[in-house]
Amino acid sequence: MTVFLLLATGLFVMALYGVFASRNVLRRILALNVLSTAVFLWLVTVARLAPELDPVPHAMVLTGIVVTVSTTAVAVALAVRLQAPDRGSKGS
Amino acid sequence: MIGDAFQGGAILLVAAPLFAAMGAFALPRAGATLALIAAAVVLISSLTLLWLVGSQGAWRLALGAWTPPLGIGWQVDGLGVTLLLLTALVMTGAGVYRVAEGAGQDPLFWSLWLFLWTGLNALFLSADLFNLYVTLELVSLAAVALIATAGGPALTAAWRYFISTLLGSCVFLMGVALVYGQHGSLDLTLLHEKLAPDALSLLGAVLVTSGLLLKGAIFPLHFWLPAAHGRAPVAVSAALSGVVVAGAFYLLVRLWFGPFALLLSEPVAVTLGLLGAGAILWGGIMALLQRRLKMLIAYSTVSQLGYALLAFPLVAASGALATQAWQGAVVLVLSHGLAKAALFLSAGILALSLGHDRVGRLGGPGAGPGLAWLAIALAAASLVGLPPTGGFLAKWWLLQGALVGESWFWAGIILAGSLLTAAYLFRILSGPVTGDFPQPSVRGLQTMGLTALALALGAWIPAFLPMPLADMLATTWSTP
Repeated sequence: MTVFLLLATGLFVMALYGVFASRNVLRRILALNVLSTAVFLWLVTVARLAPELDPVPHAMVLTGIVVTVSTTAVAVALAVRLQAPDRGSKGS
Repeated sequence: MIGDAFQGGAILLVAAPLFAAMGAFALPRAGATLALIAAAVVLISSLTLLWLVGSQGAWRLALGAWTPPLGIGWQVDGLGVTLLLLTALVMTGAGVYRVAEGAGQDPLFWSLWLFLWTGLNALFLSADLFNLYVTLELVSLAAVALIATAGGPALTAAWRYFISTLLGSCVFLMGVALVYGQHGSLDLTLLHEKLAPDALSLLGAVLVTSGLLLKGAIFPLHFWLPAAHGRAPVAVSAALSGVVVAGAFYLLVRLWFGPFALLLSEPVAVTLGLLGAGAILWGGIMALLQRRLKMLIAYSTVSQLGYALLAFPLVAASGALATQAWQGAVVLVLSHGLAKAALFLSAGILALSLGHDRVGRLGGPGAGPGLAWLAIALAAASLVGLPPTGGFLAKWWLLQGALVGESWFWAGIILAGSLLTAAYLFRILSGPVTGDFPQPSVRGLQTMGLTALALALGAWIPAFLPMPLADMLATTWSTP
């Protein structure tokens, strides 16, 4: 189980670096996705480590996935607006 | 019976803006009407809850009758209910301004506006760490989209805000996961009983705090705020500076003086205080250097929220007056929220009637701007902390904490910050000169001016009700 916790921590740190270091819009969105995946991995491992299998972290991860999908959708929509050729005019 | 009233009020606070948001999405033309109806419902519910907390004390609701640790809890207490009322006042005021502003509106504006309000109300009601994460995300998504409705350069600002706030949420969630792994609980009350000061819990608390500092734009993580708040539509700037950043600060107070209280060692408190001191000075100096009115007001938000962080070292240092120190910080957030909303709305009126918002070239009498100037003067008095305003009461309580604890450093920071605030606000107020001024092309300028004035007067209220306010805030953390 320690392997998974170490993996989650490693992913978390890598993703943090990615968010700060990359200038590319899509890379930043992907780094944020990796970041939330690291948190989910940590949570699932925590659930497995509990004396009896704990359902609450699973519920959190499921909700978290829904939230991440929505935020990624908004991020991509915003990125498309940013790159659009007519971005000087008011968006509709 | 009392429970029913509490439950009804709390549920209406979230349900009314939520259903209005869905209605406004389906029928964009009815958006403004729906928003005003929701505003009335939320205002009445907030006032009812305020009265109930005052007369009955704090209250808890287990959603769907599932009790924690499995279910999610909501709480209504002094701290939560005062912030709910602040949200209701600022969002109603800014909403009325937006209605009066009239033409050229994005069809999705009202829907997003009401979603933002739903998220904020849920944030101030929730008593569950994971639920808080979800409400934070709701607030961020709506806020980012609202900034982006301004188009053009606001898109870049919205993008930077979005990346910062998403990063803040992920770091917050990692902290929640660490705390949950140690103690197996998400409920704030249960955590309060269980939490032990071990290294992993402390790391979790530090991550949660870092996420909130990023979301609350606390120095040196404030880099996204001025552009985002300065370029958003006027009503949105008022809501963002008045209540959205206050939400992050509310959680810091709620967590560090609640479940994380055992972890609040002196180094942690002093670090938070130093960040606050940095914010006060840096935000103040940057506000002095700005050329555009909205940017000046946005930097002022960075500076003013720094004061709220001074509560942490002051509570640790001031002993008998510890309660007064954190209450001072909460009163500061309340009066800052109202005053800042009034300033942004007035800045919007000036920009509309003068056609620009350069700080050096403000001026001109007239019906709308006259009211706007009055609102600016009243709000500025509260921000600087002149008696008898809410800002004065807040700074007085904080300063008393510093003097009793003989913490001259913090006392000096409070006074230096007030001088800086006075200096940059005087730059605006030295503007008005007599002269001709073209008839405004926008109708509803009178309404907009009156709204700004009402919010600015709201920032004075705390000074006239110090004892009821202290009693109200004292019901916090005594939730049955």
